[in-house]
Amino acid sequence: MQQQMTAGSFVYLDNSSTTKPCLEAVQAVLHSMEENWGNPSSLHSLGFQAERAVEDARQAVADALSCRSEEILFVSGGTEGNNLAILGAAYARKKQGTHLVTSAIEHPAVLHVMQYLEKEGFSVTYLRPDAQGRISARQVWEAVTPETILVSLMAVNNETGVLLPLEAASQAIREKKAPALFHVDAVQAFGKIPLKPESEGIDLLTLSGHKIHGPKGIGALYIRRGVHLAPRIFGGAQEKGKRPGTEGTPLIAGLGAAVRALPLLAAEEKRIREINLHLRRRLANLPEVTLLSPEDALPYILNLSAGQVSAETMLHFLSSKGIFVSSGSACAKGKTSHVLKAMGVPAKQIASALRVSFSRMNTIEDADRFADALEEGLHRLVRRR
Amino acid sequence: MLEKTRETTGFVPEEVILVKLGEIVLKGLNRNTFESVLLKNMRRRLAAVGNFDVKIAQSTVYVIPRDEQADLELAAERVQKIFGIVTFCRARVTEKSMERILPEACRYLEDTLRRCKTFKVEAKRSDKAFPLTSPEISREVGGALLEAFPHLTVNVHQPDLVVRVEIRDFGAYIHGEPLPGAGGIPVGTGGKAAVLISGGIDSPVAAWCMAKRGLELVPVHFASPPYTSERAEQKVKDLLKKVSEYAGRMFMFTVPFARVQEEILQNCPEEYFTILMRRFMMRVAERIARKEQCGALITGESLGQVASQTLQAIACTDAAAEMPVFRPLIGMDKSEIVKISREIDTFSISIQPFEDCCTVFTPKHPRTRPELSAVLEAESALDVEALVQECVENAVITRISPV
Repeated sequence: MQQQMTAGSFVYLDNSSTTKPCLEAVQAVLHSMEENWGNPSSLHSLGFQAERAVEDARQAVADALSCRSEEILFVSGGTEGNNLAILGAAYARKKQGTHLVTSAIEHPAVLHVMQYLEKEGFSVTYLRPDAQGRISARQVWEAVTPETILVSLMAVNNETGVLLPLEAASQAIREKKAPALFHVDAVQAFGKIPLKPESEGIDLLTLSGHKIHGPKGIGALYIRRGVHLAPRIFGGAQEKGKRPGTEGTPLIAGLGAAVRALPLLAAEEKRIREINLHLRRRLANLPEVTLLSPEDALPYILNLSAGQVSAETMLHFLSSKGIFVSSGSACAKGKTSHVLKAMGVPAKQIASALRVSFSRMNTIEDADRFADALEEGLHRLVRRR
Repeated sequence: MLEKTRETTGFVPEEVILVKLGEIVLKGLNRNTFESVLLKNMRRRLAAVGNFDVKIAQSTVYVIPRDEQADLELAAERVQKIFGIVTFCRARVTEKSMERILPEACRYLEDTLRRCKTFKVEAKRSDKAFPLTSPEISREVGGALLEAFPHLTVNVHQPDLVVRVEIRDFGAYIHGEPLPGAGGIPVGTGGKAAVLISGGIDSPVAAWCMAKRGLELVPVHFASPPYTSERAEQKVKDLLKKVSEYAGRMFMFTVPFARVQEEILQNCPEEYFTILMRRFMMRVAERIARKEQCGALITGESLGQVASQTLQAIACTDAAAEMPVFRPLIGMDKSEIVKISREIDTFSISIQPFEDCCTVFTPKHPRTRPELSAVLEAESALDVEALVQECVENAVITRISPV
């Protein structure tokens, strides 16, 4: 396998776990570490150059979200962004209410924060998905009350690719006059679908660098101008004191470069949709396979159940053929998927659920190689009793 | 010896480790072999820590730093895990004169003595040319300590600390209470044995137990990709690394086993799956063991722990091997095994949740009291020799060492 990896002939279909850093990002990181390694807080010119690089990256992210650069805060990634947004919003607004709304299919970096807040005296409504994994606009509308201080929804579910009704949430908050902030975990959506927080009524939005061919360990939190978050970390004045600590300039520069290298989203989505549809057609010929992602899900993610073969066995089999996918979500490393469980997928199908996730680096041939190998695996591997 | 070290490096060590040998001093004519194996083991283990002389004289092994970089703290950690050592201690080494011994004793043990209320001094003079007798040395050192630490009193029956002064051929040594060593006998003096290692709690403990009795280990691990993962195999390597801190470096054989398991599943009754699989493991391990000049197999079986470890099941497994099979855990409770695994620091690795080849195809209703004749009947559906041969030929060897 080592050979396949170096020869570049492997097929990487686990892009929702992480993506291969693009050349632009790699070069930006390298440049920042070799040349532009000053401390952005330093007054001399080396510091000034580093600060320029940080602000340049901030502008890149702001441009991608059609917002102002001062609304972008650099954080270490999706988990920190979500924690900062939810805890910061809950504690800033607890005098106006203690009710929060989220969904049962959020990432653990949201769900576990919500569970913590429940212990701290907040009440949380978890919206349950239907059998396709969808949350309806009506559900969101009904959950929001005049006591709701935060609605937190992911834009795209990381396991199924299902899109959540973001518009319904901002509409409900607006029309019910709830004192609520609206947080969107856009880790899986950013760089794939257009996001304009300002016009979509989103107050807080989390994104992550390594899901868009940038470095790991860097992400950003959009905080709408005028929105106050209770601080969670204390230290120096970096990032306006909201996220103190010397800026990770190489990673920030890498994120900025990765954002600038994003393709035109609509055209790329169309291309990915063709790959997705092609794979769906191929899989339709395999009677053991059940598709768990609905057809209107974001085409970058396709969740499927591979008959009687356990997901882990199939994953290792595919891995031995140089094809990399994931079982459920990679963060859980083998744990049962809470998303599929909430959808009411039978335990046996969950045990054999694989997630295929595409990026702009994939082609239709990759989908074919996956389908071929999956078919071979289904024939060769001994079924678990 | 000190003089020699000084000549060659110009470095004068102030502190050494003194090691007292265990059982091996009782072993009559074999004593020389045992001592030389122990010294070899110690030298190899300490080489990774720094530049040390390891020498034996008067039933004591001296570990002497040869330069400033040689870290005695790390060396002591290593020494603690070498089998064949009953006790050891760090000691201050000085010239053999009371003018040097008295101030050094006060200085070297200062921290410990400040925490004690009572003490006594035990002196031992193996260099009979030294002008003072042992009781005289004890008295003088005791007096000096009482003067330097007025809070102390002497208690010869139950002292908080025994200060020991040894006048040996090469110098005077001052030290406190010796620490317990790992016990056992030096690895390699008992020959070699192949240990079947899974990734669970038991087999690393079994390996450790037998290394303690002087066996050099040849681990044999059965991996079943794609039914088991790379992480499962890494887990076994991590476990063996821990064991190797005691047992020394070893060469692990990873046997690809999925084919055998598939054949059993497809051709034999499900209830015999585990027994048949274990018989294959014994055969493959024995074949590797012979190639590696091993005289025995080691397993982590504990009577009655699971269906494949009942008396009848073990009899069926045992019948597949000709070599003696050592099962050091056979009479232990799980809690006793866990206790050892915590002591040797393998427990936290063992409980990582990766499936191994033993768990991946567990039948729903295994036979707990299989008859050998029925097992042989079930096995006759398979080309045993060809499968075993294939396993042995495709085994991959990995070097495992403590650092």
